[in-house]
Amino acid sequence: MFYREAGDFKTSYREDSQTFPIKFDRLRYYVVLAIAFGVVPLLINDYWANAVAVPFLIYAIAAIGLNILVGYAGQVSLGTGGFMAVGAYAVYKLMTAFPEVSIFIHVLLAGGITAAVGVLFGLPSLRIKGFYLAVATLAAQFFLVWLFNKVPWFYNYSASGQINAPERTVFGVFVTGAQTSAMAKYMFCLVMLTIVALVARNLTRGTVGRKWMAIRDMDIAAEIIGVNPLTTKLSAFAVSSFFIGIAGALFFAVYLGAAEVGEAFGIQKSFLILFMVIIGGLGSIFGSFAGAAFLVLLPVFLKNVLVGTLGWPTDLAAHIELMIVGGLIVTFLIAEPHGLAQLWRVAKEKLRLWPFPH
Amino acid sequence: MPDIVLYAAEVTLNGLMAGVLYALVALGFVLIFKASGIFNYAQGVLALFAALTLVGIQKGQVPFAHLLNAMTGKHYTNFPWEVPALVAILLAAGVMVVLAIIIEKLVLKHLVNQAPIILFMATIGMAYFLEGFGDVMWGSDIKTLDVGLPQGINETIDSVTYNMFGYGFFIDNLDIVAAVVAVLLVAALTVFSQYSKQGRALRAVADDHQAALSVGISLRFIWILVWSIAGFVALVAGIMWGSKSGVQFSLSLIALKALPVLMLGGFTSIPGAIVGGLIIGVGEKLFELLIGAPFLGGATENWFAYVLALVFLVFRPQGLFGEKIIERV
Repeated sequence: MFYREAGDFKTSYREDSQTFPIKFDRLRYYVVLAIAFGVVPLLINDYWANAVAVPFLIYAIAAIGLNILVGYAGQVSLGTGGFMAVGAYAVYKLMTAFPEVSIFIHVLLAGGITAAVGVLFGLPSLRIKGFYLAVATLAAQFFLVWLFNKVPWFYNYSASGQINAPERTVFGVFVTGAQTSAMAKYMFCLVMLTIVALVARNLTRGTVGRKWMAIRDMDIAAEIIGVNPLTTKLSAFAVSSFFIGIAGALFFAVYLGAAEVGEAFGIQKSFLILFMVIIGGLGSIFGSFAGAAFLVLLPVFLKNVLVGTLGWPTDLAAHIELMIVGGLIVTFLIAEPHGLAQLWRVAKEKLRLWPFPH
Repeated sequence: MPDIVLYAAEVTLNGLMAGVLYALVALGFVLIFKASGIFNYAQGVLALFAALTLVGIQKGQVPFAHLLNAMTGKHYTNFPWEVPALVAILLAAGVMVVLAIIIEKLVLKHLVNQAPIILFMATIGMAYFLEGFGDVMWGSDIKTLDVGLPQGINETIDSVTYNMFGYGFFIDNLDIVAAVVAVLLVAALTVFSQYSKQGRALRAVADDHQAALSVGISLRFIWILVWSIAGFVALVAGIMWGSKSGVQFSLSLIALKALPVLMLGGFTSIPGAIVGGLIIGVGEKLFELLIGAPFLGGATENWFAYVLALVFLVFRPQGLFGEKIIERV
């Protein structure tokens, strides 16, 4: 009753092929956009922006990127942290080399550079499959982190080996550096996320997305019906790395402000984003949002309860947090291996009938 | 003989010893992968947990002391006794068996027939859980592990090589012990899987789950068995690594080092794990000595193994000894 697909008649092909073909979905989408762009920026303060909103937006971008590779194209990657580092260092080099160009363009260019690196490390996927590929992408993770640590050109020969985001503005408002307001950070990331999500949604509905899914489901069969595995796999790596590069650039420039590669983009980050994708749901854009929200909120929530309410020491709380996160992941995989997106699908199914089950 | 050759020879020997230790961890992976098709990321954390438990039992620590103290406001730390090393090792092995049973009952039983990626993620979840659990149970400070294994430079090798080449090789006694233990362990595992009833059942399961079930082999018992063995192998690896560099969080990262070893050797081959471990151990030490340190700024050990495995796999996707991958539509 509350979720209706029937009675939604189209009179043109254009209407039939729009991004959200069902009226209710479309309405919901506009409401979410209106709240995200109209209401949240007015309410947001520094704590909420830094602890929840900005990390959520950035991780959602990264999760969408990884979901394209793992969920849609079926190529498991553990190199996400390394690719985010490429995005971060690319945007840093661009920002310092061409200060007069808009940061917006820099972030997109950083995504492009990451895409190129992603294609390079995606080449072995033409020969290697499954777990062998997953472990092979670890090569990207460790090699890239080592590279950014050891070659001083990447961090402009700074003494500490860190990279620091210089102050940059969009339309006269600071979006990076110390003077940035919570609202500016939030809006900049939100605009990026909206673009990424729209592009991803439409790519996955179209020819490219169907080719990815064909390769995921059975690559030999896909090849026989005329899907070129070379271009399909590499395009998945390129698009995925493009988004992950944008996420890395934002993570460094907007969220952290200063970064040390091993700490900010280590192997833990790769696993974190893979968890988001799996918990959210493989092969679902909504799932990427849900997974990112879940894993950003959970530690904040646990920390508030354990340290804030119970008053336990922080190191003990950190260990218990590890246990709970690990336990939840296992529980989740047992209860719903298809992730939060599947729960949402089930909920829609129920809402369609409720309150009249027959 | 020129110095660099002697030095390279010493590094090669040390690399072989390090390779044995990698192989020890990789062995646990292979066992579980063969028997259940699960890629067990938690193997490294199992080693850490085993070592923590061993130290905890040996020193007579109160389990969950930190948690109890936080909840009750008292100050428990240690029981007034210390346990002899051998007894402690046996007790720790017992804990690993219990852990294997719990893992089977709580996790694996519910995940039968799921996609491999889901099982892999579940083991990562277990790794997180165990890491937190081990820290809560025994505390997260760096501990020294001493079960009476000889340590320090081996004087005999040092003096013999000094007399021969005029340059003494530095080989750690512990590494020699580790190598001997690894050889014994592999021999024991081989004998077990070739000649014992359970070992044969294990190989049958590894070959074909369905067929094994149909001749009356209990899959669940085999899984408990294989996780117990993997736990025991983890304990051995934990003892070796723990004696070498202390029991601390970084111990669990050796799992990551074991991955390229596996790729090189092939996921399904026990000899592959050994040979892969040796190649990577020697390769990364020699690369660091000859190319990494002089030309690339050092610390190439972090990635060399992965890149080597990656390049190797491009030419031989199933690894050195892995089963040939046959695909049908």
